[in-house]
Amino acid sequence: MTIPNDLKYTKSHEWVRVEADGTVSVGITHHAQDLLGDMVYVESPKVGRQLAAGEECAVVESVKAASDVYAPIAGEVVAVNEAVTDAPEKINQDAYSAWMFKLKPANAADVNGLLDAAAYTAVVASEAH
Amino acid sequence: MLKQTALNAAHRALGAKMVDFSGWDMPLHYGSQIEEHHQVRRDAGMFDVSHMLAIDIEGPPARDFLRRLLANNTDRLQIPGKAMYSCLLNEQGGVLDDLIVYYMREDWFRVVVNAATCDKDVAWMEAQRDRFAPGLKLYPRREMAIVAVQGPQAREKVWQAVPELRLATELLKPFQAADCASYFVGRTGYTGEDGFEIVLPATQAPVFWEVLYAAGVKPIGLGARDTLRLEAGMNLYGQDMDETVTPLESGLAWTVDLIAERDFVGKAALKEQALTRDLFGLVLVDKGVLRSHQKVRTTYGDGEITSGSFAPTLDQSIALARLPKQIPIGELVQVEVREKLLSAKVVKYPFVRNGKSLIG
Repeated sequence: MTIPNDLKYTKSHEWVRVEADGTVSVGITHHAQDLLGDMVYVESPKVGRQLAAGEECAVVESVKAASDVYAPIAGEVVAVNEAVTDAPEKINQDAYSAWMFKLKPANAADVNGLLDAAAYTAVVASEAH
Repeated sequence: MLKQTALNAAHRALGAKMVDFSGWDMPLHYGSQIEEHHQVRRDAGMFDVSHMLAIDIEGPPARDFLRRLLANNTDRLQIPGKAMYSCLLNEQGGVLDDLIVYYMREDWFRVVVNAATCDKDVAWMEAQRDRFAPGLKLYPRREMAIVAVQGPQAREKVWQAVPELRLATELLKPFQAADCASYFVGRTGYTGEDGFEIVLPATQAPVFWEVLYAAGVKPIGLGARDTLRLEAGMNLYGQDMDETVTPLESGLAWTVDLIAERDFVGKAALKEQALTRDLFGLVLVDKGVLRSHQKVRTTYGDGEITSGSFAPTLDQSIALARLPKQIPIGELVQVEVREKLLSAKVVKYPFVRNGKSLIG
């Protein structure tokens, strides 16, 4: 399963998981890591930073290229995954457990405006054409 | 429609991620670019480089033609089989391409040129031939495939796979080649490791690839080829140099013969050139990844990265950068990466040779 049903997605290939405590975890999708190849560097936002929806907030770099990561929804950065910063290859190994940062949403309902698995599958398919 | 090499089906069967490389459908990697990089440094890997072009130069005036055509001193090619790296220059001293030239006989030299430039190269060589050596024959060998086998175990594995090559190629020194029936084997490469580059009829390439694979030689994509050559401090045409720069400002002064009497295309321009910059190595001190076209700020003036990447053998980022010529080795410089300035150290390159780091 490379596009899990229980997650939300963005057109720019982030995945979003709503956690039990109301925060959301953000990472890049399996498809995104497959396009980029072997990850070698992750630059995460600082804890406490307020992000607007769609704001550039992190960077992932593979051997091949650098790619920006965008905030899927507005919110405050409440945690950063040091394990992924220290070992970016975790994104290649399992993109959906390698969350990069957690947001406390400015508005919890904003998540509903993101793509579901079916809509994201269509985005990936349209890119492949 | 992308062009395909004779090994296209083999790449796909091996699960390669294919990309458009100068109009050719080529393997970027077969799973992990970093694993492929280590495979070559530690054992042996094979590359399909059939998109490159072998051109045979045949006829008695071949040597005189090359003396005029190439910037390196082809008079040093005295033992049959000897190979040499050289730039092909235009009249302004700009680099049209870089190539390897093999001296086989007085009436037969072979050059191997880059894929993206090969049509331009052939047209240029034909024009020069018409001026300086009418009667000389130029044969682009598009019916040939080229496979590079590189790594500390590369030669041994080639001999295991094709035993009849052992006797003819065992005594080859680096930068020597032998013509063994359908295999043209040069002890050359683009990785900083030992190994061979083998030109053979495209029709035989799939079987050759298969027997190498059976001997334990892993396929390596163009992604790892780029990080291997960067660690080895080898220029990439179109990135580290092109027609807008001369070899003297591309870290290639060692390949240009300005001392001998011999006149060659571009020589006059090179002798006139006031040199202000050259290629240097950079090692990133801060975290991140250096990339081509990033601006480099130094106290001697600005420069630019021409090739940058993560270096798997060194586990850090390195680059080639065109910088003010007077900058001292060891100097700390600032690289503009997105909105930040990252510190990098100027070093001599190559960064890696035969599996070992050469930087402190």
